[in-house]
Amino acid sequence: MKIIYTDVLVIGGGLAGLRVAIGAKRRGHDVVILSLVPPKRSHSAAAQGGMQASLANVIKGQGDTEDIHFEDTVRGSDWGADQKVVRMFVNTAPKAVRELAAWGLPWSRVRRGDRTVIINGQKVTITERDEAHGLVAQRDFGGTKKWRTCYVSDGTGHAMLQTVSDQAIGAQIPVHERTEAIALIHDAGRCYGAIVRNLITGELVAYVAKATCVASGGAGRIYRVTTNAVICEGIGSALALETGIARLGNMEAIQFHPTGIFPAGILVTEGCRGDGGLLKDVDGHRFMPDYEPEKKELASRDVVSRRMEEHIAKGKGAKSRFGDHIWLDITLLGEQHIRHNLREVFEICHYFMGVDPTKDWIPVRPAQHYTMGGVRTNHTGESPDLKGLFAAGEAACWDMHGFNRLGGNSVAETVVAGMIVGEFIADYCDRLDNEVDIPTSLVHDFLKREQGKLDTLVDGRGTEDASAIKAEMQDLMTAKVGIFRRGEDLQAAVDELQRLLVRSRNIGLREKARGANPELVTAYRVQKMLKVALCVAYGALVRTESRGAHFRQDFPRRNDAEWLKRTLASWKGEETLPSLAWEALDVGTMELPPGWRGYGAKDYVDHPDTPGRAADVDAVKAKMADASRFDVQEALMPYDELLPEPLRGRNERIDEPMDKTCESGK
Amino acid sequence: MSDANSKIIPIAKAGNGGDGGSAAHRQLKISVLRYNPQEPSQPPRMQTYPLEEADGMTLFIALNEIREKQDPSLQFDFVCRAGICGSCAMVINGRPTLACRTLTKSLGAEFTLAPLPFFELIGDLSVNTGKWMRGMSERLGGWLHMKEPNPDLRRAEQKMDPDLADKIYELDRCVECGCCVAACGTARMRKDFVGAVGLNRVARFRLDPRDARTDDDYYEVIGDDDGVFGCMSLLACHDVCPKDLPLATQIAFVRRKMVSLGWS
Repeated sequence: MKIIYTDVLVIGGGLAGLRVAIGAKRRGHDVVILSLVPPKRSHSAAAQGGMQASLANVIKGQGDTEDIHFEDTVRGSDWGADQKVVRMFVNTAPKAVRELAAWGLPWSRVRRGDRTVIINGQKVTITERDEAHGLVAQRDFGGTKKWRTCYVSDGTGHAMLQTVSDQAIGAQIPVHERTEAIALIHDAGRCYGAIVRNLITGELVAYVAKATCVASGGAGRIYRVTTNAVICEGIGSALALETGIARLGNMEAIQFHPTGIFPAGILVTEGCRGDGGLLKDVDGHRFMPDYEPEKKELASRDVVSRRMEEHIAKGKGAKSRFGDHIWLDITLLGEQHIRHNLREVFEICHYFMGVDPTKDWIPVRPAQHYTMGGVRTNHTGESPDLKGLFAAGEAACWDMHGFNRLGGNSVAETVVAGMIVGEFIADYCDRLDNEVDIPTSLVHDFLKREQGKLDTLVDGRGTEDASAIKAEMQDLMTAKVGIFRRGEDLQAAVDELQRLLVRSRNIGLREKARGANPELVTAYRVQKMLKVALCVAYGALVRTESRGAHFRQDFPRRNDAEWLKRTLASWKGEETLPSLAWEALDVGTMELPPGWRGYGAKDYVDHPDTPGRAADVDAVKAKMADASRFDVQEALMPYDELLPEPLRGRNERIDEPMDKTCESGK
Repeated sequence: MSDANSKIIPIAKAGNGGDGGSAAHRQLKISVLRYNPQEPSQPPRMQTYPLEEADGMTLFIALNEIREKQDPSLQFDFVCRAGICGSCAMVINGRPTLACRTLTKSLGAEFTLAPLPFFELIGDLSVNTGKWMRGMSERLGGWLHMKEPNPDLRRAEQKMDPDLADKIYELDRCVECGCCVAACGTARMRKDFVGAVGLNRVARFRLDPRDARTDDDYYEVIGDDDGVFGCMSLLACHDVCPKDLPLATQIAFVRRKMVSLGWS
């Protein structure tokens, strides 16, 4: 048996995993990153539009602060988010942008003087300030009050991944490429690393670590129509689930992006709409203002996606042989802008559809895009159930997105959570009582168990086809656990997924190779994916309300009185359903008590504590009318002590110079 | 318009933009160069797969269908399937390019697929570009060497000229797919040649005022025949780059700088 020892084992080489690794390494701990693919190929690269951080450099971002970013994020989440975690996030996001700038990221920069932009379909001239010239620029995005999304053309995720991956190479952090964790090693409520399969040779190796961090991204591939890369199969979440101890939070909260190109599902960025692109129907009519007069195309993603599907259901979709779709019109932005600032969009349209987006409209329809749920963690990124298991990025339910994530908050979360969780992991490894104390015999048991499962797949007499089961699951999820959900569909999906799970225990392989064997990989992954899919479908069935991206046609109202709580799913042995439990959100400590989001439905059921808390908050604000925004915030919901010490402190802006904001003891 | 953009040649309406489909689909014959180094008893061979073409079919769709329906052992790499991650470079009818964004419609009914040469073969169409890229990056110091390693993150970022930021991003668009190295004449002869991908990295950091290194430092790592002086200016790298990076001008520029340094 081969055992590799390290202080920190990071599962996933995307932005979150890389940044966690750099943080832990800087503090003197050895780190090994496992990655299915070379890290620069991770799905983080697909984030096009940008990263939210309230720098307020551009004129349309003037006046932006952490406070507004906080409120936008909480409203976007439909009050499902942990507000203290959101505060930690919004205060660290500007620091993350500045760290990346120092690491060489070529952020697009502000240019002084006049420029023409498209706002609400009209050409408008805006004038950037002299003092902002050369600072990091921001663009508009859905669900935000200010222009806050920092970007690198429309290759933000790609450029961020290059920069962070390069710094990880510079820090001499080993990345074991083409390896896959297939089980977590744990004993007596503590995680000790993972059993890992080499995808080239098929060899199993035990990685034993003080701290293990799941940073493996989302689970989009449980759906047929998704923007996600083919490696986003939710395996990291499944590993945590299969311990029977760690729990997954809010798995029913699945985001659908309004503009997947139709029918392939490849993403075109929200930046298209942020920069002024319009959604049009079969008649060429711009329909979003009819539904959402306040935010129009730039309401949050869950709202825009539902309005698009609603409009298609009315017969207003454009027809094609693949079905109905909506048009995305960016021609009004002009060729120069598209070829320069929306270049990936240009390439995708050009290569995949033969469409020239400077002249033609782009066929789009909502596609699965993001997994808000994941491994439930506390604010340090550690599982409250399984000590030594951490999670960061899309794989985590940290929980800053609640039931809907804002565009630009995902790559932001990856690096911000990486910075924060990396520090907490280092703290964990510093503590002497967290030394590795697991007997190798136990490690050996885990390895033998996993080898046995693989042997059964390869040598067994199973008769089921792994890719057929996978395709059935994906079709089922897209058809019955999609944007609009109904009890009967969800029940049918849960029943059928359970049958698929039972069938998946009887998979037989045509290809018997023990080394590189794509069919074997599909087989053991689909067994895990089905469990994740069941957490999504079952959670959605039981949650009889609508919140954020989770929309029940039979329960269309948000119901704070009964459902202002987080779903927690765990899995016991050979069961075919997860066990669900719920964790209430405490209205009494919320800085922003529940209310209307500012877009979407205005109809919701209040939590009994909401009026009281709202009155308290108003009273504090009235009493402190002359106090600084920082003091008011601290009076409402202190969070500063939750951040790792090196990441505390205010953020400098043109209109909040360092002397005034940063010297006051913070 | 930058010169990189002008390299995008307009193509015929090839896709599925809703413009009506052909009723009868072609029968494709896809020949794949197969070899699995884990099973050396099976010699390298060409294997031909018949496949009915579908509307808007890319090689991503075609190869996955072959693997699901015909041959579960076939190895290849796709990740983003959107032309942005660089995983799926292979040699299509003799030319290295990204498979995921290659429409079958742009090819004849019979075509051949082979793995990228030069890189370590994992099996069939899968090659270990990641391992080589990491090694290249370690040799070149392919990360920004900060002048100020511990900046105060509470303070405003350093300003940068907007045009310079754009120029740096232009070179940062590389996806390390390996096409440039697979097409390179020098790489055939020199296994340690850093390739256009490596020289482009150096050009990128040279441009960046945040990097502490000088031309003397870069000369140390690329001032020889495994570096910029190994390039024979055949420039297939420039022709095959799926991201249309301005590799010809960058290599020429870096070489001029390094030559003048070598003489001084």
